[in-house]
Amino acid sequence: MDQVVSADMDDTWTVAGRSFRSRLVVGTGRYKDLEETAAAIEASGAEMVTVAVRRVNLSDPKAPMLQDFVDPKKYTYLPNTAGCHTANEAVRTLRLAREAGGWNLVKLEVLGPPPHLYPDMPGTFEAAEALIKDGFEVMVYCADDPLAAHRLEQMGCVAIMPLGAPIGSGLGIQNPAMLSLIIEQAKVPVLVDAGVGTASDAAIGMELGCDAVLLNSAIAHAREPVLMARAMKAAVEAGRFAYRAGRMPRRMGADPSSPLGGLIR
Amino acid sequence: MNDAGMGMITVNGEARPLDGPMTVAGLLAAIGLDGRKVAVERNEAIVPRSAYEATRLEPGDSLEIVHFIGGG
Repeated sequence: MDQVVSADMDDTWTVAGRSFRSRLVVGTGRYKDLEETAAAIEASGAEMVTVAVRRVNLSDPKAPMLQDFVDPKKYTYLPNTAGCHTANEAVRTLRLAREAGGWNLVKLEVLGPPPHLYPDMPGTFEAAEALIKDGFEVMVYCADDPLAAHRLEQMGCVAIMPLGAPIGSGLGIQNPAMLSLIIEQAKVPVLVDAGVGTASDAAIGMELGCDAVLLNSAIAHAREPVLMARAMKAAVEAGRFAYRAGRMPRRMGADPSSPLGGLIR
Repeated sequence: MNDAGMGMITVNGEARPLDGPMTVAGLLAAIGLDGRKVAVERNEAIVPRSAYEATRLEPGDSLEIVHFIGGG
């Protein structure tokens, strides 16, 4: 028992030299208000949260700010490039984030147009190159393309984050085989980012061998976000345990669980 | 003193008069922002927090003042 507990405490994942115990990374967007954001993130047990960078509202300078509710000393902020469609916009946005936050670890996402918001891989490569050159440690949202994933890793990205389904779709993980190929070849952490709709989806991502799961809408758009945050925490832990335990082999026929010997006659 | 007494600057896309000598720190104070919670870009170059006091605004400057908000 003690051995199991200590193995759990040691089961961390590391990105760019920072270690995390929680394998759930959550977004901070789309909540009703900042109080709900804070409560859901607390319930999720996440240690890393994604954040966006936007102009301050000059007409309301005293409006409450995210960091008043989600303490950057307690959570690792992962600034994103959501809304950026060119490498230049992404680099400018993250330079501002680096100045606001004081760290280099960022989430790069360069998206194609609606309705799919599918990762724009040529734009992603260009932005990744510029950011890495500028000293950023880039966790990159990408297509579930093993060649693209490998190229991003070769370029120096510190984590590969393929989608499981379109952003905010809640369709669940549609591509387990493709994710498995990417996980198998990667030497940096792989996170499934986008597509998770409910707890079982997060568990599937972890059972596939992802190092962590990144999600936002699945919690924020649940009827009760704080309860769903708890569900996601449990699902990621369960999926990780199952991955470490190693699932039983699949077989086509039945195999009785009770002994056939000793039956009364 | 330079001739920065008159002119306009752009802050987050909005035109704003520059009424006299002003630094980035002075602008943040005038708007009512806590400099520790924002980041500032002047003409597409970062202004480090340590340089807010020393960075004088010039007519025609374009500034972006940003902060972290919720995002996925």
